[in-house]
Amino acid sequence: MTTTRRTIEVALGTTGVDAQGMPLRAPLTVQGGRALVAEAPVLAHEPEMNADHMLINIGPQHPATHGVLRLVLELDGETVVRCIPHIGYLHCGFEKIGEYRQYNQIIPWTDREDYLNSPGNNVAFVLGAERLFGVGMTERCTVLRVILMELSRIISHVVWLGTTSVDLGAFTPFLWLYQERENVYNLLEGWVGARLTTTATRVGGMAADLPDGWLDGLRAFLKGFPKTLDESVRMLETNAIWAGRTVGLGAMSAAEAVNAGLSGPMLRASGVAYDVRKDFPYLDYETYDFDVVIGSQGDVYDRFLVRVEEMRQSVRILEQALQRLPGGPVNIDDPRLILPPKRKATSEMESMIHHFKLVMEGPRPPAGECYVPVESPKGEKGYYMVSDGTSKPVRWRIRPPSFVNLSAIPKMVEGHLLSDVIAINASIDIVMGEIDR
Amino acid sequence: MVHAAVAADANGSPITPVNIQHRGGPVNPSAATLAARFGDAILRTEITWGETTVFVRADALHPIVRWLHEEPAERYDYLVDITAVEYRDAARPIEVVWHLRALQHRQFLRLKVELSKRARLVVASIVDIYSGADWLERECFDMFGIHFDGHPDLRRILMWESYREGFPLRKDFPLRGRFSRAEQLKQALAADPEARYSMEELSIADAFDSLPADMKRRLAVERADPDGREMGE
Repeated sequence: MTTTRRTIEVALGTTGVDAQGMPLRAPLTVQGGRALVAEAPVLAHEPEMNADHMLINIGPQHPATHGVLRLVLELDGETVVRCIPHIGYLHCGFEKIGEYRQYNQIIPWTDREDYLNSPGNNVAFVLGAERLFGVGMTERCTVLRVILMELSRIISHVVWLGTTSVDLGAFTPFLWLYQERENVYNLLEGWVGARLTTTATRVGGMAADLPDGWLDGLRAFLKGFPKTLDESVRMLETNAIWAGRTVGLGAMSAAEAVNAGLSGPMLRASGVAYDVRKDFPYLDYETYDFDVVIGSQGDVYDRFLVRVEEMRQSVRILEQALQRLPGGPVNIDDPRLILPPKRKATSEMESMIHHFKLVMEGPRPPAGECYVPVESPKGEKGYYMVSDGTSKPVRWRIRPPSFVNLSAIPKMVEGHLLSDVIAINASIDIVMGEIDR
Repeated sequence: MVHAAVAADANGSPITPVNIQHRGGPVNPSAATLAARFGDAILRTEITWGETTVFVRADALHPIVRWLHEEPAERYDYLVDITAVEYRDAARPIEVVWHLRALQHRQFLRLKVELSKRARLVVASIVDIYSGADWLERECFDMFGIHFDGHPDLRRILMWESYREGFPLRKDFPLRGRFSRAEQLKQALAADPEARYSMEELSIADAFDSLPADMKRRLAVERADPDGREMGE
């Protein structure tokens, strides 16, 4: 466990309150690369502001809401008094559709809910399904899935950092980081043939083993990415504008964050060292050497630091996974789940019947239920699956981390300025596909 | 205290569980303490794939959750999820499911309440215990029509407020929706996209008087028929 290093000590919004109880925002100066806050201005007299509160509608189509999110804000001057979020514009009933699909047929839907983290969702889903079927996975498959999960974490955080910096006025990190994201997508394309909607896993194994030379591509990425990340972070970390627009905003205390059910970087930025990879390990994460990064203030700036450090930890995990990747099969040897080789299915009667029955009827887990959480880039994601013994789940429930994280937004933005709503909303790292499902 | 059902190595550090049994296995110790404390409010305990499920009586849910949250030895301080399950077997009751977690003790507990489909689907809200329950309960209401008694703002969340087709995740709800495509299209075209503020929001700006006429009509209808959204019960 490590704590984020805060090289900037500014406390905007906490330099005092004015006569109306509203936080005072002090002007920011920069000396020698460090941002400093001037003394809070003293108001000689209270301004006469008895105007009515104003109603402002942000979204649903607004570039800074990261999707079709709508926020109705009640403003007193420029200060948010109340925030009422509206969601559901992307609702397409994934959970309902899942009840009409076999387990392997649901995997493509997991691509499309949190679409920045598709490979991670694929892995999360099959972990739950394999628990329900009572099967394990091969050693090679375990390590390949760790590689997928961590690559997926990196691309998700990269998009977060890039888009958030654009929201707050910095364009260069966005371009640099999206180049790295492109590199990961090229890797994924070489492996599973798709870039965004990967459908990389199957119950009991993977869609495909690695192609020749893929690991060299990953090594090259791991060599280049930390440099890009460091450069991008250097542009932001001690940047006065970045600090001024993130420090002290949307802070959640540890107790509030736990009570609100926040998870992932949102929870860890508030100082709670809860990481599913450490506390409820899966895929042998306990055997990897990595740190859980926690923040101290729980503000937007801390969430930025936590996510940046998580990317560095992901690189560490990927390097260890590269070293230990064993040979052997990627799919388990279980004819209940794994299709026979295509060549056999077209030449042998038994294999053809087997192939036909598996595709048309689908594998059947015993009646039961399970909830297997994983640490997705957004937080604790889990698929709660209930089976009644047929080939289709009775209930397939996504525990959406962004949904729960976003539900705390009224508490985070109230009392802040309208322009800070954009920063706070961006810091939650929402993906509406996952929230609306 | 390290939970026995969570796989752990010799030092008590959690490890990836392997070879989990379908039924039986180590039980979450909270199940026994719950049974001792709440007696016949605890109906039964099941262990499936290593996870303990405690079935509780609907009227005892709130005190049980409060006790689990506040008792120092339990300390289930984290609400993971609230959802519901309706089985294909129409005779089986609807189950409302709470997933609770004790961060410190590394415990995971599933609580279930069975609700008969013949009666009104209602359980107690736990928003006063976990603020994170707010949207989860709203979603459960939206998708299953389960009422959470005591929720401060139980509105639809994913579907729009004037949605009249029922509750999408119920098994009697067809995959394509209740209304025909023609009817759905007709309603979508007739809707005014501007008319999407709730009364609560409009009270902010005293803006009701300056609304477009059709939006005023819609809000007037909703006020006259507040239960209109509860079709399908």
